[in-house]
Amino acid sequence: MSADLAHDLQTKTTDRAEPLSLRARVVLALGPAAALGGILWALVQPWRLTLLHPHGEGLWWLISQPPLYVVAVGLLFRLLLAPGIVEDLRESGA
Amino acid sequence: MIVAKLMPQAEMVHWWFATGFLTLGLLLVAETVVGRETWARRPWRRYLWPGLMFFIGVSLWPVMTFYTNSTIHMIAHGSWAQVLMIAGGAELGLARGKLHSPYWRLCTTVAMLVSGAALLAHEQQPWLFARAAFLHHALGWTIVAGSVFPLLQAFRPRSIVAAAGFAATVIAVSVMLYSDRDVAPVFGHLSPYAGVQHR
Repeated sequence: MSADLAHDLQTKTTDRAEPLSLRARVVLALGPAAALGGILWALVQPWRLTLLHPHGEGLWWLISQPPLYVVAVGLLFRLLLAPGIVEDLRESGA
Repeated sequence: MIVAKLMPQAEMVHWWFATGFLTLGLLLVAETVVGRETWARRPWRRYLWPGLMFFIGVSLWPVMTFYTNSTIHMIAHGSWAQVLMIAGGAELGLARGKLHSPYWRLCTTVAMLVSGAALLAHEQQPWLFARAAFLHHALGWTIVAGSVFPLLQAFRPRSIVAAAGFAATVIAVSVMLYSDRDVAPVFGHLSPYAGVQHR
């Protein structure tokens, strides 16, 4: 293995091994926590998910799935916002 | 009559606003956790929650137009739209750097006081009349009490307690809006005058 490649590999390994700060962990956990709340709500009140039993429902009832809204907000936050925030946390050294 | 059938029910609109407030709450929590400097490292991120607050204010206008069936309801929803737009606008000005004084955060305090007062004033039924009545009272008092946090932020902009309290208030509002149903009991109580219970 060339020295350059080995150096890059070592740098990447070091980057990956760097532990996340508590703040970064909290930011990464926010979305999944919200999504988990939505999933628990769906389990406790499955009748809130009209899609599970779509008999004679109008359009608005078919797109009104409040537990899924909560899951969607959590997932979107985790996928779209959290990675950038954690990256900035790392760069700022916080 | 046709328009009424085409329109979503009021509870659905409450759930959409709940989703907006939940998003707003998550953004506020994240900003509180990482700190304002880290949050502002990407310029677009500074505008996220003030812009969302402004958008929620704008979205209240069609609610006022299509869902209010009395003068007091119309005034309440119209005042929410106005104060949320003012608060969102002030926060956008602060984020952009056009406004400098932290006292502009008092717009959010005023917005919350007006919103809370409007909720309490336009609910004419007692707490246990139905779930909607309970939530109006609970939301009103929560928002009025929560207005202390932006007030604190105006004088102590770096207060973590104030930022966390504001974020928690927004999330609490979201949870209460998600709990709303057009006609449903609360703690087993439902007045016979409230109407036929929904699903």
